[in-house]
Amino acid sequence: MAELATRTLPLAGAYGGSATVQLQAARPAERISLRARAEAVEALSVALGLSLPTAPKTSATAGGRTALWLGPDEWLVIDEGDGGLMQAAAAASGAVHSATDVSHRNTAILVSGPGAANALNAGCPLDLSLKAFPVGACARTLFGKIEVVLLRTGTDAFRLECWRSFSDYAFGLLAEAARDAEA
Amino acid sequence: MSNFRIKGAGRLTPARTARFTFDGRIYTALEGDTVASALLANGVHLMGRSFKYHRPRGILTAGPEEPNALLDVSRDAARRQPNVRASVQDVFDGAIIRSQNRWPFLSFDIGAFNNLLSAFFPAGFYYKTFMWPREAWAKLYEPIIRRAAGLGVAPKEADPDHYANRFAHCDVLVAGAGAAGLAAALSAAKTGAEVILVDERAEVGGALLFDTATTIDGKPGYDWAQDVFQQLKAMPNVRVLTRTTVFGYYNHNFLGLVERVTDHLANPDPSLPRERLWQVRARKVVLATGAIERHMVFANNDRPGIMLASAARLYLNHYGVAVGSKVGVYTAHDSAYEAAIDLKRAGVDVVAIVDCRAKPGEAVVSAARSLGIEVLTGYSVIDTGGRLRISSMTVARNGSSNNRKIPVDALLMSGGWTPSVHLFSQSRGKLKFDAASERFLPDVHVQDCVSVGACNGTDDLNALLSEAAAAGGGEFSVSGEVAFAWTGGMIGAAEGAGKDKIVKAFVDFQHDVTAKDIRLAVREGMHSIEHIKRFTTNGMASDQGKLSNMHGLAIAAEMLGKEIPQVGLTTFRAPYTPVTYGTLIAHSRGDLFDPARKTPLHAELVKQGAEFEDVGNWKRAWYFPRRGEDMHAAVNRECRTAREVAGIFDASTLGKIEVVGPDAAKFLNLMYTNAWDNLKPGKCRYGIMTREDGFVYDDGVVGRLSEDRFHVTTTTGGAPRVLHHMEDYLQTEFPDLKVWLTSTTEQWAVIAVQGPKAREIIAPLVEGLDLSNEAFPHMSVAECTVMGVPARLFRVSFTGEIGFEVNVPADYGAAVWKAIWERGQALGACLYGTETMHVLRAEKGYIIVGQDTDGTVTPDDAGYGWAVSKKKTDFVGIRGLKRPDLMREGRKQLVGLLTTDPTEVLEEGGQIVENPNQVKPMTMLGHVTSAYWSENLGRSIAIGLVANGRARMGETLYVPMKDRTIAVEVTDMVFFDKEGGRIHG
Repeated sequence: MAELATRTLPLAGAYGGSATVQLQAARPAERISLRARAEAVEALSVALGLSLPTAPKTSATAGGRTALWLGPDEWLVIDEGDGGLMQAAAAASGAVHSATDVSHRNTAILVSGPGAANALNAGCPLDLSLKAFPVGACARTLFGKIEVVLLRTGTDAFRLECWRSFSDYAFGLLAEAARDAEA
Repeated sequence: MSNFRIKGAGRLTPARTARFTFDGRIYTALEGDTVASALLANGVHLMGRSFKYHRPRGILTAGPEEPNALLDVSRDAARRQPNVRASVQDVFDGAIIRSQNRWPFLSFDIGAFNNLLSAFFPAGFYYKTFMWPREAWAKLYEPIIRRAAGLGVAPKEADPDHYANRFAHCDVLVAGAGAAGLAAALSAAKTGAEVILVDERAEVGGALLFDTATTIDGKPGYDWAQDVFQQLKAMPNVRVLTRTTVFGYYNHNFLGLVERVTDHLANPDPSLPRERLWQVRARKVVLATGAIERHMVFANNDRPGIMLASAARLYLNHYGVAVGSKVGVYTAHDSAYEAAIDLKRAGVDVVAIVDCRAKPGEAVVSAARSLGIEVLTGYSVIDTGGRLRISSMTVARNGSSNNRKIPVDALLMSGGWTPSVHLFSQSRGKLKFDAASERFLPDVHVQDCVSVGACNGTDDLNALLSEAAAAGGGEFSVSGEVAFAWTGGMIGAAEGAGKDKIVKAFVDFQHDVTAKDIRLAVREGMHSIEHIKRFTTNGMASDQGKLSNMHGLAIAAEMLGKEIPQVGLTTFRAPYTPVTYGTLIAHSRGDLFDPARKTPLHAELVKQGAEFEDVGNWKRAWYFPRRGEDMHAAVNRECRTAREVAGIFDASTLGKIEVVGPDAAKFLNLMYTNAWDNLKPGKCRYGIMTREDGFVYDDGVVGRLSEDRFHVTTTTGGAPRVLHHMEDYLQTEFPDLKVWLTSTTEQWAVIAVQGPKAREIIAPLVEGLDLSNEAFPHMSVAECTVMGVPARLFRVSFTGEIGFEVNVPADYGAAVWKAIWERGQALGACLYGTETMHVLRAEKGYIIVGQDTDGTVTPDDAGYGWAVSKKKTDFVGIRGLKRPDLMREGRKQLVGLLTTDPTEVLEEGGQIVENPNQVKPMTMLGHVTSAYWSENLGRSIAIGLVANGRARMGETLYVPMKDRTIAVEVTDMVFFDKEGGRIHG
């Protein structure tokens, strides 16, 4: 019996932020990329225990799971609890879909504080006002030179998901932008 | 040192001073001064030398249009910026300011010799003179022109400041905070709209900063402006950005703004960015960009001390500085009278107002005369005197040859006002020439924007205010009163521009273009304004012709005998004023220049002494030198050890795409040349992908995990484009297929273990899988557990040895790598990098797409014809492959190349010929695509593309080099283990 492998997190030791912006590497989470046509949405929703959102820029959260609408047939489902997303999706028998484990592909940075939106707007061209991007809104968008998925978790709080090899860049740009987030 | 600061005039606080140096001399300024106002207060007008003739030049304007006073401003050695306009740069305590384009001194400049030779530098001089002899261009002319041309010198040190970027959205963006902009912004803000108000100056007010005779809401205009500013600043839905320039107006109401954050501060907080770039998307744009006063075009109109009338008025009324003690005025517009009146009232001697019009506005004339100013109507200034400063103006009644020389130390001029339609034009708005007022005005707005105020040709104050308030969309009204309604204005050369050849009546100050140059351009056959502009360079300097374009156009139109609209207008381009590179780059410097992608094993690789190479954005381990080893020695050792024992390699960057759905096999059948429906779950196959045209696009191993799930691998560099290529076909050509693609490149850390002891190394770490040759032969894939972690194990090889690729979820990669390396080390294995990977695969004749192929190579050319299914009726590229040229005999094919001298390593890219003695240019048969030293074979090996290569086995061909010719033998591509037994262990 070989010893058990331990986890090394991509943003271990990352440090940054300012008086108005807190930056924090998110805890590891389970994630799937879920793809399905409209006719499978209901069965998959039941299987996952939440209503998969069908409107652009929206998300749905239930029981520690959040489903983010990324496209007409695409969701990113994040489970911060006990997991089991792949198994749950597989239980939607008969509903044609693709569920792929991307838990380790992505990592996330939690951006919060009164300057959070400003810091993100250093690299993200979206309108992040509460009117245009309310709590629960999400989008696959750009942050500087990389692709990210942005979710607003609170009035002054965002979750920025990116691929792990881009996380140093994302954190670095956020740390620099946090210094210019007051104005 | 004289003091031209007038007690009681201006708005600066006398007690708050700042000291700076100009060309080494120390001067005192007041806080809030621009460099221009500070130097003028000290009696300094001479600030630079002109571009071509090195003529002494002074400050001409008080705004962004300044063409003359371009200075080098620095804080310290690294914080130095050339070509700063003295009229917009604030003085700060400790500023070091230098003049440019002069040697050795500003007052005595050798280059001014050009001025005497000006007869030999006519317009189009460059085009005519430097044409011959041709060889002289690169060695003589270009270096000389480069040294003589250009104004400032770029700093050599890295810029220690940082710059920021911000994206923003708003309902209404108002460009310009003069009377119109303020009224529009307040009106919009009162509706609750999100408003951004932008002004390039330190304070809002626009023309109200100099125009002290106008009242709004019963208050002096300046006070009203500051009140509105305070109101706006207090509103949560309004952002007022001063010292900020809207420099670009792009599609869909997208605007570029530059905010100058610290350049005016003596001791800026180092945490602040020097400048901030704003990229704003506005629902609606209100352009309130005002107007720019024009100069008069007459002989020697460029001497220091000659300036725009409104500039002199701003220096007096805002900065409290008199621009001279004996001031003349030359005008075609009423506004200059108000400058004269203000100066006179401040106690400055205004010797005469020379008005080229016979009938100026009666009210201004009588107001001036009542103050005792001599007004000469129907007169022109026909020349000026003085060297480093104007000393006299020569005036004459229009049409008369009698003239009179009047001593002056400053001359104010006004040819009227040009509406600032730059941003409007950048937005693709269409202009229309208003013949009555001789100006181009906004006609058709093509984006959701509106022009208000002076930039819209609205001259009457109350019309301007109500137009602006209406544009803001709110119910808001305000009224004002001006001292004099202005009339007049002219474009083109004035009487004093002269028709004779030696007169220098400047149209474009920065590029030294005179009225004579424009006339010459027309005489030489330039009839389009675009040609005239390029021939004379009129309007092509960094001020983009803010002063010169209309004059140049009018002179050309007169020469051509055409109406102005028929001659046309050159294009207004962004940026409105120069923007520093630092601002445009913003955060993209240093580590943030481009993402450096590191694999999950990166930290381990660093610990183990890897040297890295860049592959796209990835940092990949290149080789692992041990103490005393150079790259060559390390790679030789790695190559030998991998084949003798085993090698361990980080393959995590390999592109991975999960293809899932009931139609997955069907889809792969269409995307790859080979067949996939007959691949059983648990098996892998090497696939080749072609484009529509039949050429190789990518390759990789595909493993089938279950009926409806494939694990596709791509080349490292090809990962994003292959996914896009597949997604593109899926969405546009095969939308009915029930299959989805997900990038999993980064989900998995991939550790390749290759070599005779590969199995022995990984076996103890793998659970739930029989790794024997029988149960898990070459080209197998299985889901299993590695060190307690769910893993995907591939039995594949890119070395020709028995090989495994261990895929574990990325966060576990480092731990598994360490454990594998621990086992490997004990058994005598080595770590290897991309260089050894390249050599080992070349020994086996495995190609690298993008190195051995270049987008013109078919699978058959590459020797992979077997991978193209003969049975399939469709796949991307099937028709392309049937094109006659792709099927003909004699195409270039990949073959092996062995040098006659085994120690000679060919150069990749070397050309291959049949007969090295043929006459140049030789007939090339192809080129070397890969070449290495093979330690395992004890000789060099190479792969190359050779015309009809497979039919040339055994032939001797030649690779001509600079100093010798290398003979090579054509062989097959497999150099090592030709039977291929090792791979099966």
